[in-house]
Amino acid sequence: MTRFILGRLVKAVFILLAILVFNFFLIHAAPGDPAAVMAGEAGAADAKFLADLRARFGLDQPLYVQLWIYLKGAVQMDLGYSFRQQMPVAELIGDRLPATLLLTGVAFVLSLVLGVIAGVAASARQGSWGDTIISTLALLFYATPLFWVALMAALVFSVWLGWLPGFGYSTIGAGYTGMAHVMDVAKHLVLPASTLGLFFMAIYMRMTRASMLEVSRLDFVKTARAKGLKRSVIQRRHILRNALLPVITLAGLQAGQIFGGAILTETVFAWPGIGRLMFEAINQRDYNVILGVFYISAAMVLLFNLITDVVYVIIDPRIRLTA
Amino acid sequence: MLRKIKFAAAALALALAGPLAAQDGTPQAGGTLNVVIQPEPPGLMIGLIQNGPTQMVAGEIYESLLRYDHELTPSPQLAKSWEISEDGLTYTFTLQDGVTFHDGEPFTSADVKFSVDVFLRESHSRMRTYLTHVESIETPDDLTVVFKLKQPFGPFIGIFEPGTAPMIPKHIYEGTDFASNEANNTPIGTGPFKFDKWEKGSFIHLVKNEAYYMEGKPYLDEIYYHVIPDAASRAVAYETGKVDVLPGGSIENFEVPRVRDMENTCITDKGWEFFGPLSWMWVNSNNKPLDDVNVRKAIMHAVDREFAKSALWNDLGKVATGPVSSSTRFYASDTPDISYNPEEAKKLLADSSYDGETIRILGLPYGETWTRWAEAVKQNLAEIGMNAELIPADVAGWNQKISDRDFDLAFTYLYQYGDPALGVSRTYLGDNAEPGSPWNNVSNYQNPEVDAMWNEAALMANPEDRKAAYKKIQDQIVSDVPNIWLLELGFPTIYRCNVKNPVSTALGVNDGFRDTWIAKE
Repeated sequence: MTRFILGRLVKAVFILLAILVFNFFLIHAAPGDPAAVMAGEAGAADAKFLADLRARFGLDQPLYVQLWIYLKGAVQMDLGYSFRQQMPVAELIGDRLPATLLLTGVAFVLSLVLGVIAGVAASARQGSWGDTIISTLALLFYATPLFWVALMAALVFSVWLGWLPGFGYSTIGAGYTGMAHVMDVAKHLVLPASTLGLFFMAIYMRMTRASMLEVSRLDFVKTARAKGLKRSVIQRRHILRNALLPVITLAGLQAGQIFGGAILTETVFAWPGIGRLMFEAINQRDYNVILGVFYISAAMVLLFNLITDVVYVIIDPRIRLTA
Repeated sequence: MLRKIKFAAAALALALAGPLAAQDGTPQAGGTLNVVIQPEPPGLMIGLIQNGPTQMVAGEIYESLLRYDHELTPSPQLAKSWEISEDGLTYTFTLQDGVTFHDGEPFTSADVKFSVDVFLRESHSRMRTYLTHVESIETPDDLTVVFKLKQPFGPFIGIFEPGTAPMIPKHIYEGTDFASNEANNTPIGTGPFKFDKWEKGSFIHLVKNEAYYMEGKPYLDEIYYHVIPDAASRAVAYETGKVDVLPGGSIENFEVPRVRDMENTCITDKGWEFFGPLSWMWVNSNNKPLDDVNVRKAIMHAVDREFAKSALWNDLGKVATGPVSSSTRFYASDTPDISYNPEEAKKLLADSSYDGETIRILGLPYGETWTRWAEAVKQNLAEIGMNAELIPADVAGWNQKISDRDFDLAFTYLYQYGDPALGVSRTYLGDNAEPGSPWNNVSNYQNPEVDAMWNEAALMANPEDRKAAYKKIQDQIVSDVPNIWLLELGFPTIYRCNVKNPVSTALGVNDGFRDTWIAKE
């Protein structure tokens, strides 16, 4: 196990570097640079101003020199400086990452747990009205665009009903501490986390349902039934355990993808996370910030994949790990 | 018993204060103002960064020598009085007594000289151009500053607002590298509000400057600027009562009527007179067939600007009559006719060199309104028989395409800064047409006679002479149609009616909250 994990980590470093180089060129291929964007927002600039900015950002250097400087820093975990935000990128991301991890973490756990429960429930009585309702809802959540759900959620629960705050991370200026602060953040978390979770919940539900039905037709389940085991035991020990494997594979892949969904959710709900940071950085061509966020999220995806593989073994000891 | 008496006294005081306070004119101290800000500013050191959101927050922290009312008439700020010599060459400012920076250090004429002569000359590109007219800055005593000009520069009295000439503490910046000075993160000015806290991605918090030099001001205790990236969510923030002020452009135009009709909601399009935002389409006259004046005139008459105003801009703003905004000094209203007239446009097009080419229109990537506007123009051109296509771009790509002159028609809007010599001439001067910038003479308008007139008019001492000169310039430019002028944009500020005076100068919310107060229900 240790060897497997070490082997994967070494591979991950090379993958990360390759991703960085690729992203670097991709970003620089887009038209416009941070100096022009900053000058553009000011609505006026002379040639000296632009040249000063570019020199300060290091944009006057040849591209390969810029790449080299960036990679040298990145290897030592130095992600460079955001000239736009006047802060080191690592600090910027460090400030924002906890908010994103909280949002995506809660959304992920919520969607996985509820998705699997709904999937099991639906499969247990295939074709019943309960199954129909769950499946229809899942299809609806799956097909509805995230931003629409987000806006509607804000409209209904925040504007009309006034139950939940429609944006932000905590009540600004309230000065809550301790438990009151936790509750305040939790309240703010409800809408964005459930919006983000809905789509993924739908996927896990459909996957669990299909997988449960498939496994339930296999021979060893028939044997178990023939032995006269209780229905609930068969469901839990025989079917669910096997049916979960594909769901976990998918969940592992989507733990990375959920970051992508977070960009939209964070923007709509003004959640101060790295998804929004990246979205703004792309618009502003804030190269170091874009690369930094890519770097961190790529690392997260690699980490999640690794965790998925380990969880696999725990659930099904027959699976062998090779790096 | 004692308690009862106290209570009665309080009730009496309330009864007396009540009717007075209910009137608009009696400011009440206290309260928190919640304002939307978008996008999040890159920094708050206004001497280094001058984009819109920075000005909005920093305009409360930093001040300049003067303020400007809605007619652009100067009034005292850090200068309590000023004198302009007869020949227009000497400007003498007398500073307010007893002004201190937020760190307690006194503000003196040395700070003025340092700000203008050293700091802004180094870091502020617009100011740098204006300062080419300044011969010397003298400080005979702590409260007097004398600007000596090389030649009379008419617009000079109009540059002393915080976005152009902010007063920067000499004791903090002298001898340092301005751009990397640590103090940039904790801005210090003389303004009515002090910087307290900036939680990136969430909010910026300013608190009342207790030591402010104007008796009783400011009235507000604190201001929160909320960073909310999504336009629809900004409307929600107002609707749920989380914010009280939506500065111009905070929400999509199509939401304005809905929000405006809410209870206890006021709206004003005042507070933009200094900027005079004028929108137009750049015409790339390097490209055929746009080098033909008849084609440009045809486009000018084909574009239905009344429609754009009513359908896209909620009837706010005005149809432009030429290169100068009506709130800018020396605006001439009686320029040649450029009104909507598709029949005339067809005739002009028939007489032109237009040969069925496809015109590439570059929209402005600032949200739905601008996208729809580009589509409407495409439709207008189709109606007179011109082919057009829209080219997509994001903000950075738009900058690049304009700088590279990679378009045929391109939407934009620019500020005029109150005077044709400050914000208008840059668009039309022949030697200001080098590619590489999206704000110079992008359409490459070349008319040496007009150039000469611009240069003379800026250096006239007498306002009457300038008025006549600018009238001639406007007539000539309008008949040459180097750009397709669209609208004087009306950016509405939406606010709760119990917020009084959110907009009190020509710069609107950018330096507005000194006099703002909240009426308690």
